[in-house]
Amino acid sequence: MAGIDHAPPPFFKRGPAPLALLTFYIAISLAVFFVDLRMRSLDLLRQSLALVVDPVQRAAQAPGSLVDLAAGYLQGLQALQEENRELKHAKLNTAPDLQRLAQLESENERLRKLLAVKEREQAKGQVAQILYTARDPFSRKVIVDKGQQSQIIAGQPAIDEAGVVGQVTRVFPFSAEITLITDKDQAVPVQIVRNGQRSVVFGLGNGQLELRYMPANADVQEGDLLVTSGLDSIYLPGFPVAKVVHIERDSAYSFARIFCAPIAAVENFGELMILDPRQPLPPPPPESKGRGNSGEVVNVRSKKKR
Amino acid sequence: MQPTFTSSRILLPVRPWFIYFSLFAAAVLNFLPTSHWPGIPDWVALTLCFWGIREPRRVGMGSAFFLGLLMDVADGSILGQHCFAYVLLAYGASALARRILWFPLLQQALHVLPLLLATQAIQAVMRLAVGADWPGIGYFVSPLSATLLWPLLTLVLLLPQYQPVEQNPDRPI
Repeated sequence: MAGIDHAPPPFFKRGPAPLALLTFYIAISLAVFFVDLRMRSLDLLRQSLALVVDPVQRAAQAPGSLVDLAAGYLQGLQALQEENRELKHAKLNTAPDLQRLAQLESENERLRKLLAVKEREQAKGQVAQILYTARDPFSRKVIVDKGQQSQIIAGQPAIDEAGVVGQVTRVFPFSAEITLITDKDQAVPVQIVRNGQRSVVFGLGNGQLELRYMPANADVQEGDLLVTSGLDSIYLPGFPVAKVVHIERDSAYSFARIFCAPIAAVENFGELMILDPRQPLPPPPPESKGRGNSGEVVNVRSKKKR
Repeated sequence: MQPTFTSSRILLPVRPWFIYFSLFAAAVLNFLPTSHWPGIPDWVALTLCFWGIREPRRVGMGSAFFLGLLMDVADGSILGQHCFAYVLLAYGASALARRILWFPLLQQALHVLPLLLATQAIQAVMRLAVGADWPGIGYFVSPLSATLLWPLLTLVLLLPQYQPVEQNPDRPI
């Protein structure tokens, strides 16, 4: 009986045992998760998959935009005339400032040259349309219709007609992902207009922002306007970011809790402008070389890493 | 195969293209703007769970992993988040496959609920552990609505496999 110690040949080929497969796939999933989270070196895989997924996603948005279109069509003539009148009014209101802007800019440039100060950078950019909100419920991101084809790169800031909206964090061939300033721990370097004090504002994840690391006796008042300070190589100085809405000063803590509301219509659909990347800043002075080394790497993604 | 093991109706064999089509349709349903409303189920997870139970040989952890990767890219979440949850879901579904079909549809739904809840909870734990934002309680309502849809989903996805009740008596088999 030679065959007694042999197992009979299997009737049905079932491949590896389920537990072995499970271990294999879990190991791959976790590896992919941590590589994407910490090293962000899987962007090529993401971009190639996005090439397949993106057209389907855009097609799936079509019914929603059709409803919007129909609603806009039915909105009627009167509402449009109303809006037109308001816009003309607003245009007239801003006309005195705008008409002298060109003259002011050139004068500013001349004066800066006289003082031998570096010239102000011009803010230029391209208009992009928000396609849809990313489905991920754990973060606040939107997808816009400009991507690598339009020379968008990660790190460019995005603004709307009122203020800063967010920053491009991932670029796909035909679309780009913008992380809103209200996303949790998304950081924007800001300056208080009233007294010029600089700080960094962080997203809270619930639609609000928080001005962190300000001492409890700091000179901040409710209603203060925060604009970008330009102390990074991402945002140009002077764009409105947020307004202080609530301050909690508790002497038990060394920092005040300062809550702000974004000025731009951050969580609304519409068009926004993606500003061109800033010209590189002059190299840091030699004594701060030890700390400034990683500056260029951090620039691309200012989001705080934990 | 029968609709449930206690039923006497025999189903036609499933056509592979219908499985792929239903998974694709589920993905499109996930991409619709409605997916931001609270309580809208994760259609891909639900369909994957269904086929994982009905056809564990065809739809297993490999398909789950691939679908998870696609959903990660589509969501803009961290790669591997959906993969991990869907692979565990497919494993759970294939483990349930032998037992669950002995039960009527409503009790099947009760079996499916913990699987879908675990799928959501795993993703939440993974993201919260690396410092994401709390998604709100609405995120955990969607498995409940998915569970309520289970009987309807079973009917719809098995529809192409049903034979007419009145068989022709002259037919040889």
